[in-house]
Amino acid sequence: MEGKCAAAAAVRAVFATGDELMGRIDRIAEPWGTRTPYPGGGTWPVRVDTHLAEGVSPQDVDRWVQTASILHSNGDAMDLAVKDNRIVGVRGRAGDRVNHGRLGPKDLYGWQANASPDRLTRPLVREGGKLVETDWETAMQRVVDRSKALLAEQGPSALGFYTTGQLFAEEYYTLGTIAHGGIGTNHVDGNTRLCTATAAEALKESFGCDGQPGSYTDVDHADVIALYGHNVAETQTVLWTRMLDRLAGPNPPAIICVDPRLTEVARAATVHLAPRPGTNVALMNGLLHELIANGWVDQDYIKAHTVGYQELEKEVAKYPPVLVAGITGVPAEKIQEAARILGHAERLLSTVLQGFYQSNQATAAAVQVNNVNIIRGMLGKPGCGILQMNGQPTAENTRECGADGDLAAFRNWSNDAHIQDLARVWNVDPMSIPHYSPPTHLMQMMRYAEDGSIRMLWVSGTNPAVSLPELPRIRSILEQERLFLVVQDIFLSETAQLADVVFPAATWGEKTGTFTNVDRTVHLSEKAVDPPGEARPDLDIFIDYARRMELKDKDGQPLIKWHDPESAFEAWKECTRGRPCDYTGISYAKLRGGSGIQWPCNEESPDGTERIYADGKFWAHPDYCENYGRDLVTGAPVEPTEYKALNPDGKAIIKAAEYVPPHELPSQDYPLQLITGRTLFHFHTRTKTARAPELQAAAPDVWVEVSAHDAGAHGLGEGDLAEVATPRGSVQAKVRIVGIRDGVVFLPFHYGYWDTPGGHHPDGAGRAANELTITDWDAASKQPIFKTAAARITRVRSGDGPASAPTNTASAPVGDFPGDARTRGIPSAMAFEDSPGGPGTGAPDDTATRQEGTL
Amino acid sequence: MKIGLVLEQLHRDENDLAQQLLKISERHRVDHEIFHLGRDLAAWSQQHVREIAAIASRYGQDLDPRPREDNTLLEKLREKGSDLLGRDADAGLLLLRDLREVYIKACGVSADWELVAQAAQGIKHTDLLDVAQHCHAQNLRQMKWANGKLKESATQILVG
Repeated sequence: MEGKCAAAAAVRAVFATGDELMGRIDRIAEPWGTRTPYPGGGTWPVRVDTHLAEGVSPQDVDRWVQTASILHSNGDAMDLAVKDNRIVGVRGRAGDRVNHGRLGPKDLYGWQANASPDRLTRPLVREGGKLVETDWETAMQRVVDRSKALLAEQGPSALGFYTTGQLFAEEYYTLGTIAHGGIGTNHVDGNTRLCTATAAEALKESFGCDGQPGSYTDVDHADVIALYGHNVAETQTVLWTRMLDRLAGPNPPAIICVDPRLTEVARAATVHLAPRPGTNVALMNGLLHELIANGWVDQDYIKAHTVGYQELEKEVAKYPPVLVAGITGVPAEKIQEAARILGHAERLLSTVLQGFYQSNQATAAAVQVNNVNIIRGMLGKPGCGILQMNGQPTAENTRECGADGDLAAFRNWSNDAHIQDLARVWNVDPMSIPHYSPPTHLMQMMRYAEDGSIRMLWVSGTNPAVSLPELPRIRSILEQERLFLVVQDIFLSETAQLADVVFPAATWGEKTGTFTNVDRTVHLSEKAVDPPGEARPDLDIFIDYARRMELKDKDGQPLIKWHDPESAFEAWKECTRGRPCDYTGISYAKLRGGSGIQWPCNEESPDGTERIYADGKFWAHPDYCENYGRDLVTGAPVEPTEYKALNPDGKAIIKAAEYVPPHELPSQDYPLQLITGRTLFHFHTRTKTARAPELQAAAPDVWVEVSAHDAGAHGLGEGDLAEVATPRGSVQAKVRIVGIRDGVVFLPFHYGYWDTPGGHHPDGAGRAANELTITDWDAASKQPIFKTAAARITRVRSGDGPASAPTNTASAPVGDFPGDARTRGIPSAMAFEDSPGGPGTGAPDDTATRQEGTL
Repeated sequence: MKIGLVLEQLHRDENDLAQQLLKISERHRVDHEIFHLGRDLAAWSQQHVREIAAIASRYGQDLDPRPREDNTLLEKLREKGSDLLGRDADAGLLLLRDLREVYIKACGVSADWELVAQAAQGIKHTDLLDVAQHCHAQNLRQMKWANGKLKESATQILVG
């Protein structure tokens, strides 16, 4: 740690300008920036982070254009600096409720990818086995002709749409309307299936509906923050900054961290529980066992506002800490200590992410976190919240707009009245909206493409050839001659290289739209510059397709009645009227200039709603809820009549779950457990972040993390080249020895092949973590399991220095490590910090529940 | 008292259901959810077999506590068959047949458990009633799983 502090001093300089403190700081070396401590119940001080291209000063900027982060899910509000019609930098928005001016490293540097010379600028079509440039007319007509031919020959079941968590609400709503209301296919999903499907499902199971019970301001008030499989320090750096500032101030919260890796969160935690991968449900049942056995529950709340408590009592009685210790490998005393903290919390904030969502029994585990807050009556009050986190910036919109297969505005596919209502909004026949079974989830769509019944797959803004499990299988599906693959993207990704038609899309900063973060904050993202070449906004592409497909409503009028972002937003608002995600009180004008606004926002709550589920009121009534839920183990949908009998009054639903071991356990041949995941300096498959020099230099190549014990057992040293193998394949990576749980190896999932000679597949040794992952998913949420596979590791050859993995994250080395190999930024990584009030001035605020939009 | 006879029948039916679930798992290995859940849910029936055998001795039945074993060679052949069938849309029809079979077998087991539960209540044997209640609850989940999978898969297979 000393080396780290010395490095920090060297990369930081503070100087005063008038009455403001301004600092130059290397935000690669210090991803969370300078502390601005504040007390519990206080207001998080403003700190404005800025990064401009070299040689550009704030005075040179022609205009600042409002937007929010697109490279992670936190929803940090920012302005893009524009000079000579080029983006030249970013600055955090001081007045926004989410970030109070702060930005994370991916925000500060990632914008440079927009101007990469690799951008797709013309449509491509496959001719004689090769992708060649063409015009929009040719490319679009080819897709339309194929769509019409397949509809005539087979019907809507031949067409599938696979989108992303990075487009805008207007675009998802248009896509969902085209697929569900126009084409009539049930095969629509987003890559949110890989990151937030479990968040949505867990909320549906416990509260009958998607929508976060928590708010980021709960961090300001909580006395205990429990993070379950949530490496917030790397996935939402600014949210972690908020927590760090609480930890640095008076009356800091206790932190409980559940993670098999020694993350920055784990280092800061009061109690760190590092369970064996795949055993989260057992651990949660152990914690719930202690809460109930010690009477740390709110019986009045349970009686008044919940159903199902007795089943939970009965189930978790089977999980005393000693038994749980045997399953999870977490000492019983630690389970008891964590439970004691949870049990004595007065304001408990719980957050959950991929450590639970991408692991064995994802939904069952995430639901048990909900149960902790429910049985303690800690919902809908300052500091008492749940954040079932999102992995991607616009994932909430994928879910609410129906682009993840669910019906628009959280309508219930198994409630006929909801189908009729949606048919009214779209002016179509209810029978034309497919609702005979649950929407086809992505992994099932890949199966249908494999068996040849999905014959056209349109992929927008995502890269399944790197991000899906068991890549050899995925490539063999996408490469099939009989599958017509359409890819809409901004770069020639691994997936685009396999396409029959490639549409060049505009991206963030080149188009206008809105998106919503995990705590329901809606932001406007305005166009700052023109897209390169012939690239077009995704919205325009979808609308053009709908027009050429001649998709009509039941009166013969065009199905898509909007023509630009704002008219699409207005249509979306109408679709949400009266639903939980009510946008009717929001407009572009209202979003311009100020802070983001939290839905529901309507006539009743014109400034938005900071906390839902206050006073124990839920959206779970059988006539109103989004979903009747599923069996947490088998995934079988709960029948409407069953749900009505169980929960006639729409209370919170306490669902118990038994622990079921992972499907693939370590064996003699594969004695270790492999987990994969995301890390601080890259986003997804690096298509953007690898094109930002500061980020790429911080984490240039794949690495594998092992514990010191396992390194010793397998003869591995820091920086050695190792092969990690599972029954599916193998990957070679440099070894980093870290504080991870013994028996567990970690690979970041970002590294694919587009910047290697292989192009879209390995040319020699594999590099993508998903060469190794298993094809298996949570039966309830259908989220693939990336974090439970049996693996082995062997040394290939000794290294010539340390691995190039970051040293200031969960991949921090243990033991001796050369100081000059520690992570720091390249010269252009110097950014600015402005703390107008100076550090530590956040005064206690007695109007704690007010909206922060007035900041 | 004829409870022993019902338990003997149930022991056979739970064994059959476990076999059917293993069969569907192996045969449709390329349908990964069927593959994994088939095995998970077969384990429930195998556990029921053990519990039935344990309690049946009180009713004059000597039943094998070990779940019936499958022919492992046959398993492998079926798995191979599954790999070959993976790119053939007609495999879908076979999947529907197999799911229907699981559903029907699970329904039969459900009826058996109802008989046992009714009898247990009649003679106030709470141990037997406990076994019947918790096994039947799992059996109903097996049934709903098969039914749900049928509904979910039918459209694509029949009109796709």
